[in-house]
Amino acid sequence: MNKIICYDEAVSKIKDGMSIMIGGFLGVGSPHGLINALVKKGVKDLTIISNDTSFPDIGIGKLVVNKQVKKVITSHIGTNKETGRQMSEGETEVLLVPQGTIAEQIRAAGAGLGGFLTPTGVGTIVEEGKQKMTIDGKEFLLELPLKADVALIAGSIVDKKGNVFYNKTTQNFNPIMAMGAETVIVEAEKIVDVGDIDPHLVMTPGEVVDYIVEGGK
Amino acid sequence: MNSKEFIARRIAKELKDGDIVNLGIGLPTMVANYVPKDIEVTFQSENGFLGLGPAPEEGKEDKDLTNAGGQPVTMINGGCYFDSATSFAIIRGGHVDITVLGALQVDGHGNIANWMIPNKLIPGMGGAMDLVAGAKKVVVATEHCTKKGEPKILKECIYPLTGAKVVDFIVTELAYIAVTDKGLVLREIAPHVNIEEVINKTDADLIIPDDVKVMDV
Repeated sequence: MNKIICYDEAVSKIKDGMSIMIGGFLGVGSPHGLINALVKKGVKDLTIISNDTSFPDIGIGKLVVNKQVKKVITSHIGTNKETGRQMSEGETEVLLVPQGTIAEQIRAAGAGLGGFLTPTGVGTIVEEGKQKMTIDGKEFLLELPLKADVALIAGSIVDKKGNVFYNKTTQNFNPIMAMGAETVIVEAEKIVDVGDIDPHLVMTPGEVVDYIVEGGK
Repeated sequence: MNSKEFIARRIAKELKDGDIVNLGIGLPTMVANYVPKDIEVTFQSENGFLGLGPAPEEGKEDKDLTNAGGQPVTMINGGCYFDSATSFAIIRGGHVDITVLGALQVDGHGNIANWMIPNKLIPGMGGAMDLVAGAKKVVVATEHCTKKGEPKILKECIYPLTGAKVVDFIVTELAYIAVTDKGLVLREIAPHVNIEEVINKTDADLIIPDDVKVMDV
């Protein structure tokens, strides 16, 4: 089975109104080529799930600036003033979630869990509308899993089967997003033959990856 | 010595050999410059690694190795990388001994507000809510008053909280204040500062013990 496709084919999987997880932390470990292709295609009304909205001219930030985003679920928008502006003007819905909670919500979705209990956000506005439970005398919030139609992730070395190695801090949200979405597309900095990555170093099993695009540096 | 350096130097003296430490962006980051020479601590970076080292020499930046602020950094020998879910398991799970964070406001109950100013600035909480919920010790590093000279240490926080009853102590350029069950206790004052000045610049009630020490940096 050939999983390697071009950018045009990759973004043809993405339609208006879809929910999309995008890996990366302030653009580090983001699939920049796929994002550029999405900007070029101009799909609209997307729900973006990501750690942050990067900078206006880098990565996820470009989708916001290009007004392709209906809703963002993220932990931080401080580095992209346009996200803040669209939020204040009511143009884009922004749901701010603690970083550990959004990471675990994505992990829970990919791990088949119905939710989890976290102490994060107790006593803050994050607890509004959520069920609270006391375990061993300590209060926790019930947080639910967060799924998406598509995950766009970035891998440093990807074999033709889809096994992924992430270099250094490019890992961040990529491996958990690879588990939490219906369709997973990885942008590979380098594609290698099956067997060329030591199985001990595979961080995302190829079985969960649907498509690979060759990105380059 | 400017006030930020003074604060960072005082907090650095609280670190213990073997501590795992997470430093917030800005003033808290400066604490790393003053770790006592006779101890070894490990810095955690919430974007996904333990063993955060200093900034690289110019020209030696690695695009795949950044800190939680997106700046190029280095890793010390013996460090390790992980994904965002693991990073926050480390944070929430009580594996971080001490976190140092800046604050917009902090109050007599140990509440901290540092993630938004309603209708004005909403950068998001990033990892701050998880850090205050999970770190064994939460330290606030802040200038005693705002740029306009208004107290930041209040009876009650006005801005939305990052965490409720989570702060262990507060270090400013004027004082070291511990949060206790009875309220805020003035443990130390800066050299050449008198207790009256600290009281006048603090909105919260302060308990003044007989043996207030002079901050030693």
